[in-house]
Amino acid sequence: MTPDHLVALLCPPLHNPRRRRGGNMAPEKSATVPQFLRGAELVKQGAEARVYRTQFLGRPTIVKERFSKRYRHVALDEKLTRRRTVQEVRSILRCRRAGIPAPAVYFVDYTSHCIFLEEILRSSTVRDHIASTQQSASCTVQELDRDQDRELVQEQELEQLAQQVGQILAKMHDEDVIHGDLTTSNMLLRRSPEDRGSDLVLIDFGLSYISALPEDKGVDLYVLEKAFLSTHPHTEALFQKLLKSYSASSKKSSAVLKKLDEVRLRGRKRSMVG
Amino acid sequence: MTVVIGFEGSANKIGIGIIRDGEVLSNPRRTYITPPGQGFMPSDTARHHRAVILTVLKEALEQAGLKPADVDCVAYTKGPGMGAPLVTVALVARTVAQLWGKPLLGVNHCIGHIEMGRLITKANNPTVLYVSGGNTQVIAYSERRYRIFGETIDIAVGNCLDRFARVIKISNDPSPGYNIEQMAKKGSQYMELPYTVKGMDVSFSGILSYIEEAANKMLSSGQCTAEDLCFSLQETVFAMLVEITERAMAHCGSQEVLIVGGVGCNVRLQEMMGVMCDERGAKLFATDERFCIDNGAMIAQAGWEMFRSGQVTELEDSWITQRYRTDEVEVTWRD
Ligand SMILES: Nc1ncnc2c1ncn2[C@@H]1O[C@H](COP(=O)(O)OP(=O)(O)OP(=O)(O)O)[C@@H](O)[C@H]1O
Ligand SMILES: [Mg+2]
Repeated sequence: MTPDHLVALLCPPLHNPRRRRGGNMAPEKSATVPQFLRGAELVKQGAEARVYRTQFLGRPTIVKERFSKRYRHVALDEKLTRRRTVQEVRSILRCRRAGIPAPAVYFVDYTSHCIFLEEILRSSTVRDHIASTQQSASCTVQELDRDQDRELVQEQELEQLAQQVGQILAKMHDEDVIHGDLTTSNMLLRRSPEDRGSDLVLIDFGLSYISALPEDKGVDLYVLEKAFLSTHPHTEALFQKLLKSYSASSKKSSAVLKKLDEVRLRGRKRSMVG
Repeated sequence: MTVVIGFEGSANKIGIGIIRDGEVLSNPRRTYITPPGQGFMPSDTARHHRAVILTVLKEALEQAGLKPADVDCVAYTKGPGMGAPLVTVALVARTVAQLWGKPLLGVNHCIGHIEMGRLITKANNPTVLYVSGGNTQVIAYSERRYRIFGETIDIAVGNCLDRFARVIKISNDPSPGYNIEQMAKKGSQYMELPYTVKGMDVSFSGILSYIEEAANKMLSSGQCTAEDLCFSLQETVFAMLVEITERAMAHCGSQEVLIVGGVGCNVRLQEMMGVMCDERGAKLFATDERFCIDNGAMIAQAGWEMFRSGQVTELEDSWITQRYRTDEVEVTWRD
């Protein structure tokens, strides 16, 4: 990031084009990129944000920009965008204070709805990790079980990962943080520098909120269960491992798992007409 | 050439359609309409279906210009839906199959919607938003199943709209959803309503109880008009649906969306989804009320795919079920 960018960043009201322009100018298109992001590399357009890679004060940084969504009513759009930026920062801080790995927040610009986050280096999403492990396992089967040992190792590795996920979620729920969008895309697996083991980092807290209610925690797990099983076919047993480790690690798990059962049953009992 | 006739009657519509290798030969339908403020009850709906089903069957054959001998397979809705209407229609399907000496096929209603949407729009491998009176699901295909990525954790979006219509006594003719859509066009004031999205899932019960509680007060105090309420409700629930669809697309890396189910013929929902797709460089596929709303051809089309892949339902297995999840069906006709 150049000094110019930094100035733009630290004085957003002056340099934000939306503010600088006169009232009679045409409204901006939502595709307009804030000035300080020109030159940053666009990594991904997620469902509600554009994710860029850049440098901030010399550190590798991810900028998450919540741009306005033209499909929804302006009043609703503004409310959601503001609320989610605030919630994301708040929950990340709360998690980090409790020792739950989440990227550090470097800077927040509430005018352009940008959050500057520590880039988690040497990481991939849990989703990609499971998918590639499963794929290489099924190749082995096709190679007529030539490599049964490797398959076993991979299975154990995935089980260990499921356990890790269960533990971290238990810890998060014990802090009364409801993530709100638990999927395997929103968990990063970070390899340690010497490739000895890896740790888990939670991201994407835009839909999160604080609640102590077992119902909210149960729904959080229900959302994960559905996303997990639909994204990764044939992983029912693996997900059970995850839940088992959750219940072993959380002080309040029995009420939560009871709610999870209730929510599942509601889904199955719902009459479906039309 | 393979000709399949499909019988559908899982809710308040009764339809019979005939498909010949991707061509819709006929698709007549009747709707059981209740007075404003009232929903449809299973036994009354079944009575309605019983009264008209043979007339509709005759129409289907006549419009297609076919005789029973030309039909290769008789498909019917196995579920999900309301028990009594499902039984009524399955009974007629079973009877004609035996009279005509043709094989039977029990079809999942949701799969019918998806396959009809794919046939009409030629969408290849879309993320599917299935929205109707009884269902709200975001679906994508992988490894021989239509997998449910997101869905409502309580009531369906169509159910939320229908019940709101009852609260402020909007007509059920032709459907509450259609009338809400027309009224919403005249609304302008956006009233803030609860907005509940949980990952790829949504919840509508909070919105419904809020609006059930507040609607008549807001109307009598002149705070807003019925049109404003229709507008605000649509803007809110449709934004939720577009949001979870987009989240599923980002999650699956998909660039196509197909909207199916009765609520899917709402032009405002299609428009909002279109804007979202534009912004992502994705493509939107949708159909109109002939194929979005429950109909016989959709059961015939799913039946056609199943039949061609070698499936039939034996007489003793030709039961119905009120609960039948989309992801229970093994998709034998796609790679
Ligand atoms: N701090 C980070 N370090 C490294 N990569 C990151 C970081 N934050 C996000 N990413 C990458 O960007 C992707 C999208 O980020 P995030 O989930 O926060 O955005 P989003 O718009 O909410 O995405 P979606 O709606 O698709 O879930 C992540 O899956 C991950 O690959
Ligand atoms: Mg994400």
